[in-house]
Amino acid sequence: MSLLKEVEMKEITYLKAITEAVDEEMARDPTVFLMGEDVRAWGAPFGEFKGLFDKYGPKRVLDTPIDERVIIGVAVGAATTGLRPIANIMFTEFLCVCMSEILNAVCKTRYMTGGKVKMPVTIMGYCGAGQSAAGEHSSCLDGALMRATGLKIAVPSTPYDVKGLIKSAIREDNPVIVPYHLNLIANGLKGEVPEKEYTIPLGKADIKREGSDVTVVATYLMVHRALAAADKLQKKGISLEVIDPRTLVPLDKKTIIDSVRKTGKLVIMDEEPITGSAAGEIAAIMAEEAFDLLDAPIKRVCAPDTPIPCSPPLEKLWMPDEEELIKAVTEICS
Amino acid sequence: MAVAKEKLIWMYRTMVLHREFDERVGKEFAAGNIPGFIHLSQGHEAIGAGAMAALRADDYITAHHRAHGHLLAKGGKPEEIMAELYGKATGCMKGKGGSQHMTNPDVGHIGSDALLGTSSLQAAGAALSAKLRGTDQVVVAFFGDGALNTGAVHGALNIAAAWQLPVVFICENNKWAESTSIYDSTHLTKLTDRAFGYGIPAVAVDGNDVLEVYEVVSKAVAKARKGGGPTFIEAKTCRQHAHYEGDTQSYRPKGEIDECRKRDPIPRFRKKLVEMGVLTEKEADKIHQEALKTIEKAVKFAAESPFPKPEEVLTDVLA
Repeated sequence: MSLLKEVEMKEITYLKAITEAVDEEMARDPTVFLMGEDVRAWGAPFGEFKGLFDKYGPKRVLDTPIDERVIIGVAVGAATTGLRPIANIMFTEFLCVCMSEILNAVCKTRYMTGGKVKMPVTIMGYCGAGQSAAGEHSSCLDGALMRATGLKIAVPSTPYDVKGLIKSAIREDNPVIVPYHLNLIANGLKGEVPEKEYTIPLGKADIKREGSDVTVVATYLMVHRALAAADKLQKKGISLEVIDPRTLVPLDKKTIIDSVRKTGKLVIMDEEPITGSAAGEIAAIMAEEAFDLLDAPIKRVCAPDTPIPCSPPLEKLWMPDEEELIKAVTEICS
Repeated sequence: MAVAKEKLIWMYRTMVLHREFDERVGKEFAAGNIPGFIHLSQGHEAIGAGAMAALRADDYITAHHRAHGHLLAKGGKPEEIMAELYGKATGCMKGKGGSQHMTNPDVGHIGSDALLGTSSLQAAGAALSAKLRGTDQVVVAFFGDGALNTGAVHGALNIAAAWQLPVVFICENNKWAESTSIYDSTHLTKLTDRAFGYGIPAVAVDGNDVLEVYEVVSKAVAKARKGGGPTFIEAKTCRQHAHYEGDTQSYRPKGEIDECRKRDPIPRFRKKLVEMGVLTEKEADKIHQEALKTIEKAVKFAAESPFPKPEEVLTDVLA
């Protein structure tokens, strides 16, 4: 504990952590600029970029038309000619509009030029259900994005993680997407971050809670639900180890496998329709690489294969929650 | 517009090299030496040569699936382009991009798309980059009349106008989007009307007249370089070959290709240069022979080059 105290910490919100990350990187590197829908006057709809226009001016904070193809396509042109764009597309679900630019221009240009270009593009935007925003403003697209070969994916669950991951993403010479969860913003999640500058390496998982009976891999909001379930299960004598991969690409397989070696059981909690989800990919990797360590089937706690409903009680049912996780854990522990 | 003799000869040499290069690519493809989907651009030579003559080496271009000639004109090495077409390790993209993505950022050609329209957005991005970095570089975006109907080109024209970016959009109008006639894909009779809708000045030129292309592009580039924003140029031309090698072109009206060849930009420019006293017939012939020699060397280089090593399939995904 004495070691920890040597680092001066402060408590900030998840939202503020996003602001600080972008602000610090823009101050550090003049080639970094931010563009997207409504980033200037609003600083984005929830205000994560508030103040940046006043500080950095119109050359580095640019409002774009409501045309996601333009945001991403322009970012590619800027990134191949010496700049480091942050392309904000407001809601990551809007990636559907510009999937060609993502899958082709962003992800394949380096390969198809035989490595002649770097693609330092950081894509950001809200993800996640829980705000009754319905089927076009709520989805996490991580499973689909994992298939976008050449794209790194950060999945931040805390203020500490979102700040450190965004800073690393901006410094990365490869494209990185950092969806941040709308519920964690809207509910004002707070957490400690160091006063001093820090970054989090892409590809390093974080064990959010140590345990011995079942390994739970979770991302974004689901990390918090897994931690809540862990509290409840502890009282029943079941110990969960909660692993936050922090990036899905690259995936820190070693930390997950080491945990499964200890627990022998794996549940993956992912706020996506189960088919084609990131949970499915992690399950497949673990089935191939850690089969001998498992003494129960891998479980996926995901959403049903439906669009996200608007009505609050339906949306609540749609989202994976503690009770579903507890049920899955109980099944493999009985 | 007075044009230096060296520049006139450079344009002619570039057009001839482009023509003979694509002629040879067609033959090598037919012989089974070049893999993939090949789209040739005989008939379009004046557009690339005229435009590139108006650019500096540090200016950027983006192009499309029918654009071996644009990279040749921008300074790409013929042997590296041929090797790329052969899928060889010595290709300008190590054999990983091929014909439809013929690009080389080393000479300022930053992207060729095969999902059309996308590269125009990259051109706008490079132009934004030039503006933000405070350079006076200009970007030329080449695309076809087919791509003009995509949302990507709409987005690029709109943002270039909104942000007054230093881009020159050159629409190579050969009236065919693959096998679909322009008369079936847009109600417009003048493509320049599209640009006026974005508040972009536009002009139509005879894309088979290299001097007209050069003159109009030069003005547009000079304007963009001074911060005057984008220009749209419709270069009317004619596709002498099929959409892709192997396409029988049953959809093209009888006589259209013969008409096309009558408007061929190369003999036309040659005649003019001889009349102007810039070249003698003998000197013009020599340029053709030199082009053929260069291409022969390029084919030899490509044929003798090794394929990429097996491990190359996994490299260059990430930096």
